[in-house]
Amino acid sequence: MTAAGRGAELAIETHGLSKRFGHQLAVDGVNLSVPSGSVFGFLGPNGSGKTTTIRMMLGLAGATAGSVSVLGLEMPDRFHEVLPRVGALVEGPAFYPFLSGEANLRRLDAADPHASSSTRRARVGTALERVGLTHAAGKKVRAYSLGMKQRLGIANALLSPRELLVLDEPTNGLDPQGTREVRSLVRSLAADGATVFVSSHLLAEVEQICTHAAVMSAGRLVAQGTLAELRDAGKARIRLVTPDAGLAEGVFARLGMTPAGGLNNGTLVYSASGGETNGPVRDDVAPEAVVAAMVAAGVRVRGFAVEQGSLEDRFVALTGEGFDIAQ
Amino acid sequence: MPNRDVAKEGAAGKAAPVEVREAAGSSAAESPATGPIDGMQPGNGWSLLASELSVLFRRRRTWAMLLALAAVPVLMAVAVRASSSVPPGRGPAFLDRITQNGLFVGVTALLVCVPLFLPLTVGVVAGDTIAGEAGLGTLRYLLVAPAGRVRLLLVKYAGAAVFCIVGPLVVALAGAGIGSALFPVGPVTLLSGDVIAPGEALVRLVLVAAYLTVSLLGLSAVGMFLSTLTDVPVGAMAATIVASVVSQVLGELPQLEWLHPWLFTHYWFGFADLLRQPVAWDSFGSNALLQAGYIAVFGALAYGRFVTKDILS
Repeated sequence: MTAAGRGAELAIETHGLSKRFGHQLAVDGVNLSVPSGSVFGFLGPNGSGKTTTIRMMLGLAGATAGSVSVLGLEMPDRFHEVLPRVGALVEGPAFYPFLSGEANLRRLDAADPHASSSTRRARVGTALERVGLTHAAGKKVRAYSLGMKQRLGIANALLSPRELLVLDEPTNGLDPQGTREVRSLVRSLAADGATVFVSSHLLAEVEQICTHAAVMSAGRLVAQGTLAELRDAGKARIRLVTPDAGLAEGVFARLGMTPAGGLNNGTLVYSASGGETNGPVRDDVAPEAVVAAMVAAGVRVRGFAVEQGSLEDRFVALTGEGFDIAQ
Repeated sequence: MPNRDVAKEGAAGKAAPVEVREAAGSSAAESPATGPIDGMQPGNGWSLLASELSVLFRRRRTWAMLLALAAVPVLMAVAVRASSSVPPGRGPAFLDRITQNGLFVGVTALLVCVPLFLPLTVGVVAGDTIAGEAGLGTLRYLLVAPAGRVRLLLVKYAGAAVFCIVGPLVVALAGAGIGSALFPVGPVTLLSGDVIAPGEALVRLVLVAAYLTVSLLGLSAVGMFLSTLTDVPVGAMAATIVASVVSQVLGELPQLEWLHPWLFTHYWFGFADLLRQPVAWDSFGSNALLQAGYIAVFGALAYGRFVTKDILS
């Protein structure tokens, strides 16, 4: 946790983190590595174990197995050193409806024994200003809209200068304007050197603001890395339908294309009607050149498509389609 | 750890997070193993208690309960004043003495409030301690702040204890107030037959209220333990009130004589000793000891439950 070592260190690190509720394994052997200074997108469909993982990171729930360290210190044993340096929005905002927005923030700030009471008023004011709630500071939270509560929740995470921000679905309930503001807020926090851990099921959001991401599915961590790495694994590929699969593979090899590795690819599927093969697109080989080379080699091309991979494809490939909540 | 203070000052400015980094870095260089006390400024530990009391007494519900308690002596005094005479020996004890001395309204009202009204209000406050925060979802934010689970539990109990002080005091003072407004006030004849001045009588009245405060501390501990078991505050409140009723009912059954000294309600009506000259402190002492036992046992249970609890609300 020294200044020099920060760049290389991990802001959050979990090893074999698991949580069991009764018979159900909500989180199953998660090894998460969140580099310091990154904006880390934590993706996954509803019910995939994202919030449970976050609860364990913050010491709200105990792990059934495995370990978590946050800012280089074991959680939950050293929460009193870790948590004052962490701002969090967990599973939506929660406030006392009978208190004003400002009184709510003062209350939660008073709970932190490290927070100085002499600067409390000023810090609450600054946090409210950062999320654009100054005009509603004196209003009872009962009268707040969902978006305003969400903003107040983010303000609570910003009460003290933080090294790590854990934001669980920060744009939930916000209008497009508010979503944009949150995005720019996250960027400015990251620019100031804080690590931002954002959980979301909105891929577009993650693609726009994150440098790194991890994908959860049914309690397991199915992918993590930089955004570029994740996109790479799902980048554009050629899908070729032909009965001459062996011949086609030879042509692909000559063009310097290897069968794509990883999930959902790199396999040749043969059927009675013919084979289907696909490989990654090389930027220096135009798709029409591939077709020409195939035809010249005598490959009967029955179908040819260039499929552009995206984070969304990758996400769906990893977590499955449809509305099925992973059990 | 002065650097942390610098960081705190910086928080007021816009460029705060940059300073955090520096502060965290340099402070780590100076004291690699930061202890829990590091960076804590004197007096800050009390902020949460002050905040807890302010939240408790800013709630309309708390004021409604205190007003309801204050209404008991007022209604009683007005009813007695309106009627021509109270036949001696009927109604609550001391009721027939009210017309001669207004200060008796306070004692009579306390006596009336002991079995149900006071446990009811204390049950609401104590049952709400943890479950109320869990129900609102603010519990997770308090713990992430980080309030610390033990600290939060202690502060919550202290808040309930303050209500135990305020509740009986409101009844006693409202009683003395309305009594002196509607009836004559003069020297008070104690149960031992001695006569004391009105000023000293007021002290005795406050003493009785203090006795009831002590009586309710055990119930508060039971309520707080029940409150750690659920995320539904109404459930914990109801269970606490039921506990006080059950304890009183068991105390009425002669077949359970052996159990009676162990019931937290056992000494609830024992404050008559404070109305003798000289004051007999025996029941006060026994009551305090019994309540301390309940605080220890249910405090430990609440601790055991809350410290390991998964906060999923």
